[in-house]
Amino acid sequence: MIQTIAFYLFAFLLVLSAVCVITARNPVHSVLWLILAFFNGAGLMVLVGAEFIAMLLVIVYVGAVAVLFLFVVMMLDIDFAELRAGFVRNFPLGLLIALVLLAELVLGIGAYQVGGLDLGTATGLATAIPGRSNIESLGAVLYRDYLFLFEAAGVILLVAMVGAIVLTHRDRRAPRGQQNISRQNARHPDEATVMRQPTIGEGIEL
Amino acid sequence: MIGIEHYVFVSAILFVLGVLGIFLNRKNIIVILMAIELILLAVNLNLVAFSAFLVDLTGQIFAMFVLTVAAGEAAVGLAILVIYFRGRGTIAVDSVDRLKG
Repeated sequence: MIQTIAFYLFAFLLVLSAVCVITARNPVHSVLWLILAFFNGAGLMVLVGAEFIAMLLVIVYVGAVAVLFLFVVMMLDIDFAELRAGFVRNFPLGLLIALVLLAELVLGIGAYQVGGLDLGTATGLATAIPGRSNIESLGAVLYRDYLFLFEAAGVILLVAMVGAIVLTHRDRRAPRGQQNISRQNARHPDEATVMRQPTIGEGIEL
Repeated sequence: MIGIEHYVFVSAILFVLGVLGIFLNRKNIIVILMAIELILLAVNLNLVAFSAFLVDLTGQIFAMFVLTVAAGEAAVGLAILVIYFRGRGTIAVDSVDRLKG
């Protein structure tokens, strides 16, 4: 009973905050609604027993991605009113396409519920270890069957990090003087150096 | 326990809302990126729900990989957005036509 109530609460808040994300006037509010959406998505995942993914969602999305969005929204001085100009004009077409897409998806779910489709069954190779927590079973499967994919994911994160740094890095030093290569090549020792024989104690006039 | 159809239905609604967000905020690339995050959240929810109901952890593993790619995509996308704003002073998607011949 409590599970049903929690499911409907999380699902309702998830859909509500998703609606607010795409309709909020201020992108800062959009980011905050996005954070609420992620929390509710994590709640839905906890309900089916996937605690690790739920916590990962909170840490990665709320802790990193949403804060990154917030930084960018606040750092750039953008006229958001101008960017909303086409909102009303795009609304009917967008709504039509969204309704068609939703109808198709609901049709698919309905076809599954009627029972004409076979989803297949799991092979049983990646079931949870009895008596162990979700994260332990997940780690066992991840490091046993998906080790190389896991390392590839690490490489993807490294490339994304290097890419983001390279893209946004700005060299603040003043540009050096222009190098004139032909003049440099034409330079002769006679015009650049002189031989002097100064008398001792008098110094030299340059 | 709640049936899997409920989860699939919720994530279908979330997916459609993400697509609608891309259509509605066609000029504001920040909100477009957030709508893409919503779509990826819907996909993750589907993967986790099926993983739980089929008693197979593969779905959760793949949800992790989707999460990885989503984080990288957000970082690189926002970096591109920042350098684009430096050069143009606007982030309107309509004005991204510098490469047009």
